[in-house]
Formats: sequence, C-alpha cells, structure tokens
Amino acid sequence: MPNAYFKRILFLVLISMAQAWPAIAETTSPARANELERLVRQDCGSCHGMTLKGGLGPDIRATALDGADAEAIAQIILNGVPGTPMPPWRPLMSEDDARWIANYLLTVPDP
Amino acid sequence: MKHFFSGLFILALAIVITGTLYADDTDLRGTGDLGIIIERATGSLLIIDSTTRTTVNRVVGLGDLSHASAVFSRDARFAFIFGRDGGLTKVDLLTGTIAGRVLQAGNAIGGAISDDGTLVAVSNYKPGGVRVFDVETLAPVADIPAQWSGGQSKTVGLVDAPGRKFVFTLWDAGETWIADFSKGNQPQVTKFADIGDRPYDALITGDGRHYIAGLYGEDGLALIDLWAEPLQPRRILNGYGRGEEKLPVYKMPHLEGWALAGDRFVLPAVGRHEILWVDRKSFAEAGRTEVHGQPVFAVARPDGRHVWVNFAHPDNDTIQVIDSLTGKIIKQWKPGPAVLHMEFTARGHEVWVSVRDADVVQVYDARTFQKKAEIPAKSPSGIFLTSRAHKTGL
Repeated sequence: MPNAYFKRILFLVLISMAQAWPAIAETTSPARANELERLVRQDCGSCHGMTLKGGLGPDIRATALDGADAEAIAQIILNGVPGTPMPPWRPLMSEDDARWIANYLLTVPDP
Repeated sequence: MKHFFSGLFILALAIVITGTLYADDTDLRGTGDLGIIIERATGSLLIIDSTTRTTVNRVVGLGDLSHASAVFSRDARFAFIFGRDGGLTKVDLLTGTIAGRVLQAGNAIGGAISDDGTLVAVSNYKPGGVRVFDVETLAPVADIPAQWSGGQSKTVGLVDAPGRKFVFTLWDAGETWIADFSKGNQPQVTKFADIGDRPYDALITGDGRHYIAGLYGEDGLALIDLWAEPLQPRRILNGYGRGEEKLPVYKMPHLEGWALAGDRFVLPAVGRHEILWVDRKSFAEAGRTEVHGQPVFAVARPDGRHVWVNFAHPDNDTIQVIDSLTGKIIKQWKPGPAVLHMEFTARGHEVWVSVRDADVVQVYDARTFQKKAEIPAKSPSGIFLTSRAHKTGL
C-alpha cells in the first residue's frame, strides 16, 4: 500500500514538472527533432535554400532573423504570410513543431 | 635493315610523344549516353552511363548544389553546373574533372547555353539579373543587371532561343527580357513590362517559338510568340483557378521542356492539385486532370503518349503516369521518400528517377514501369542526360 501511494505521488510530481517546463523541452522527441531539422533543410530549403541563406524566399538564418520573437516566427510558420508564397504549415505540423523550428532557426549559427 | 631500325625508332618516339593518343580502343568512348546526377547535399555529382546504368565517376567540390541544374556543350563532353551559391562549374564528363569554375554571384537559380554553343548564361537571385560567360574560358562576356524600380530583380525562367538569344523573366518586376547576342557580345535587350504578378519560372517550346512564364500571383500564364511581329506578350489560361482560394504550395512547380503530348501541352497548376492541358495551336485550356498533390514536374515521354508527374511535400513519395490521349491516370506508385526529378532517355525507352531521402536513383522501363536498376547516390536531385545538348530550351 505505501508503495502504491509513493508511485502516485511520484506520478503527480512528474506531471507537474512536465507542465512547468517550456513546451519545447519535453514535447519534441529527439526523433521528431531529427525529422524537423531535415524538413527545414530540405523542404523549407525549396524556397529558402538548403543553407537557409535565401532563394525565391528570404534569408532565414539566425543573423538575418536578428533575434526575432520565437513565438512570432512560429506563428508565421503555422499560418504562412498571406499575399506571399509562404504557405501555412499548420496542416503538416503541430504548434510545438513550429516552436521547435523557430528556436532552431534562431539558435543555429550561420553556416 | 638500317631503314627498319630507324623506322622502329621513329615509331617508338611517336608512341612516347603522343602517349595515350594511341591508347587501346577500349579507352575511347562517346558521350551520347552519359549524364550527370546532382548530389545536392554534398556538393558533388555522379557521372553516369545510361546504357550500362552504372556510375562512371564522382566529381566533388562544386559548392552548394541545392536546386542545381545543368546544360551541356555542343559536343556533349562538358557539363555546365549552376549551383545555388552562384558557382558556375564546367565539368569534363570524359575525365571526370573540373575544367573550370567561377563564383559569379551570391545566389543563383539556373542557366542556359546559346544555340551556337559559345555563351553560357546564369540567372541570379543575388544580385539579381543575368550574367553571361564564354563557354571555353568562363571569362565574363556580358552583365545584365535586370534593374527595375525596386533595384535588381531576381531572374527566373532563363532559356536559350534560336539566333544566339537568351530569354528570361524578372520575378520582382513582372517583366520578360530578351537578350540578343546575334550581333556580337554586347546584347540588344528587348523588354516586356507587366507580363503578370510574380512569374516563378518559364519555358520555351522545343521549336524555339513560344516562351511561357508561369505566374504565382495570378491564375494564368504569360505567352510570347517569338515569331510574331511585333512581339507582344499575351495572357493564356486566364483564371484557371476559377478564383478559388489556392491550396498551400510547399514547393513551386517547375516549367521545364514544355511537355507536348499529342495535340496538347501539359502543365502543372499552381495551388491546385491538377495538371492542365493546353491546345497546342490556340493555347486555350483543353482539359485538366486531378492528381495526387501539388504537381512539381509534368514530364512527357519524348513521344508524348505518357506524362509522368511528381509532387511537392508532403506528397513527394509518389509518381503518377497519365495517358495523354484520355487524360486518365494509368499508373501510380511510391518509388520512395522525396521523388525530386524524372529524366527520360532521348528516345524515351527508360526514365531515371531521383529518390532523395532513399539516397538512390531508380531506372524504370518507360513502357512496362519495371524497375531495371538502382544506383546509389547521396541526396540525389536533378538528373541531366547529355541528349539535352541538342535540344532548345534544355
């Protein structure tokens, strides 16, 4: 009985910790992160270039983004930019995915 | 006897001096069945033999090859590779070596070679415009900055046209320009304004007569009949989207080699999961076929009977084949993750298909759809066979 009780406490503690952490820390698995990195390089790369320095679409490397708000970038990824070729990616990814990509773009040094 | 020995000596001397010139016959080969496969992530390319379906060589050190394309010299010995980073590299297919390389801009999108084989032109994003180089030396010949009110425009849809001309289109400015080098290396430039909103790519028909630019910002395409006097762009397939809201386009379609299938041309629609059929004489819409996703390439088999279509992310694992007589899909399968390009052999007996995320190029029998070979390649994208050397617009 005490054993079950401690398990329950441990479970509640873990749950509350998970909720306290930023979304990016615990909802994007390493496997998903790999998929997203590939998506950024290869598929965002269709317009922004594989090194992200721009093509038909603009340069989206960290220096060019110049510390823009991650949440704002995530919203652009999810909703697209109406009137431009930037499409909404919401049908293909979760909000956490978009936040992961926004942080990735802001933190990966320019090649 | 004396004559015999001096003859032998001269022969020996000749062999020493000329070296490989008298090499065994098996060392000699033509280039007509060679081709290249771009390995986009590693800045390398494979030289392939399309008869034996094997890799002959790998050439490295070509820079950023994402979205790279290539044209060939008239003798089909040299490939000119247009890299994303502005690199223009001349590769010798026989020796598998780099014969010349210039970094001609910061960001480039493609190129073309003049009909006489003397000029190679590159279409640039940064700075915008088009730069033209000597095929032999890669020395600069002409610089066409593509100035408009917003600065230098990104250029797209650069093709060769008969009579030592290049035709290209300004993405930002919505203009098409013709650079005529027929009177020398100072081009005479003719400009057409207001062809449409954000032209994203263009092509020229195989006879060199019609130049067509696809528009991202409008439902329609811009057509210039290069035989007409005076030259006058006109709109075709106006409103093909019927004003409906566009579906998201996760990769822009490519207009490459206007696919003539019987009496109709075939085109990928933008923002619609359709390919469009166009009457070859009137350029009026002649039907449409609903397809699996946003089409990227719609490539006709050289005889025109079948059209092979691949798709943008997230539907890029699939190929559909359409019968051009009926407009019906007759075959559909999934070659693997990220099918990027399809290239027919000159007479259309086989098709080479790059499957980027499987690191493989597949070769299919174009009639039975049977897979005949798989060639390992690192993130393969564009496939270019030397038969392009003899075709306008490729």
